[in-house]
Amino acid sequence: MAMSFSSLFRHFREGSKNVFRNGWMSVASITSIIVSLFVLGVFLLLVLNVNSFADEADSQVQISVYLSGDADKATVEKVQGTIATMTEVSRVNFVPKSQGLKDFRETLGEESKALLEGYTEETNPIPDTLKVEVVEPTTAPFVAKKIEALNDDYTTQPIYKVKYGQGTMEKLFKITKAIRNIGFAFVAGLGIMAMFLISNTIRVTILARRREIGIMKLVGATNTFIRGPFFIEGALIGLIGSVVCVTVLFVGYNQLVNTVAGDITLAIRLVPLHEVGLKISVLLVGIGLLIGVWGSLMSIRRFLKV
Amino acid sequence: MIEMQDVWKTYPTGAHALKGVSVKIDRNEFVYLVGPSGAGKSTFMKLIYREEIPTKGQISVNGFNIGKLKPRKIPYVRRNIGVIFQDFRLLPKMTVYENVAFALEVIEAPKRIIKKRVNEVLDLVGLKNKGTRDPSQLSGGEQQRVAIARAIVNNPSVIIADEPTGNLDPETSWGIMQLLDEINFRGTTIVMATHNKDIVNKMRRRVIAIENGNVVRDELRGEYGYEF
Repeated sequence: MAMSFSSLFRHFREGSKNVFRNGWMSVASITSIIVSLFVLGVFLLLVLNVNSFADEADSQVQISVYLSGDADKATVEKVQGTIATMTEVSRVNFVPKSQGLKDFRETLGEESKALLEGYTEETNPIPDTLKVEVVEPTTAPFVAKKIEALNDDYTTQPIYKVKYGQGTMEKLFKITKAIRNIGFAFVAGLGIMAMFLISNTIRVTILARRREIGIMKLVGATNTFIRGPFFIEGALIGLIGSVVCVTVLFVGYNQLVNTVAGDITLAIRLVPLHEVGLKISVLLVGIGLLIGVWGSLMSIRRFLKV
Repeated sequence: MIEMQDVWKTYPTGAHALKGVSVKIDRNEFVYLVGPSGAGKSTFMKLIYREEIPTKGQISVNGFNIGKLKPRKIPYVRRNIGVIFQDFRLLPKMTVYENVAFALEVIEAPKRIIKKRVNEVLDLVGLKNKGTRDPSQLSGGEQQRVAIARAIVNNPSVIIADEPTGNLDPETSWGIMQLLDEINFRGTTIVMATHNKDIVNKMRRRVIAIENGNVVRDELRGEYGYEF
């Protein structure tokens, strides 16, 4: 049955009136929405920031400059010096081949150690290496190319190969993946918890209106009609709660972003609000509406039987 | 209009409220339902407005088979039945006018019809000037008049009244009975459960006595028949 405009208007009127009539119960419902969504929002922002940090960390890699075996010490020192003067580079470390083999053995661990058993100082396949760290992670590929080009300055071709990223990336990937999974599991759990909390709160308000529902049924109101105001009431509670929550969350987060940005001793950069604000507010308001409506419809269902 | 054929009602607890009741109530009748408490009077009435469904047997109200009614259709059957209770069941947060209008609003009646109809029935029950009052500001008799106004505002063909004078003093009760009599005179069937001996004996209408789930007496111009 199509609902007439005046009925729709009535549902809005009654629904919003109910929010006010129920006073503290509504405040409690709205507060529970605010709190649940706030925790949800904080976690979302946390996950987003961890994600962004992880993305950044993915690209923040060391450049390994493998030196050819016949490069003499003086040339190597000269190459190291040249790299160190590059503005993008923050540090250059010389890792001798013996140290390289030791490091490699350690990364492989107990099980695969046997693979390298046969190698001695003399047969060590690992070349001397320069470990280069860059200031801005994103410049790594560019710097790597620049280092490779240094070969052109020498007839001896002291640089065997330049690589960046491998290994470190895999390790980081594992960690960030774990953080993301835990974060999302937490957010899902909290979302469900909030739903039950709110459906319970609205159930109490509907209990108080059993009489009204009973009379509506008695005089022949349809179930769709009876649900109307409660639907609107739930939606309004969800909307008010989520809007308040989003406002508080964003004002607080913006403050945090500015504080962090202003503190140069902190090495992290928070995702600015304008990048994620719309997505998060749509998501939180959507969930708030859903929780409110779902909660009120759940609560009224059993009163509609008979 | 209302017809029961061998109606049984057994509650989930195992209690047999009605045990094979067959009754026929015609249009425009005024029927008193009498009998001891717990005899099955309330069940009898709840079956008519489909608050309960029969365990066995058939009930038809206004041509609808109540036992086989689809849940979707229940509201439309109830729009033709007005119900009145001993405890009035008014909504305390609404004015007298709003309480009566409520019954029309929730079945989505047009606004101008609501206004006209509510004023009409408030006039009929004698509360024309008390529309803006809260129910709590009214006497018991006046509150019951509001409940009656709400029950008839939809122009139902049947009124079901469950001890409508149970909470009222004798004088007020008579006022209510005169009102119900007037409504019946205008063409509405009335089925009223009561313990009020004086009213039944004086009005002399059809009396159906239920005891222990059975109809034990059905007289056209009957008496109350009990000492209490």
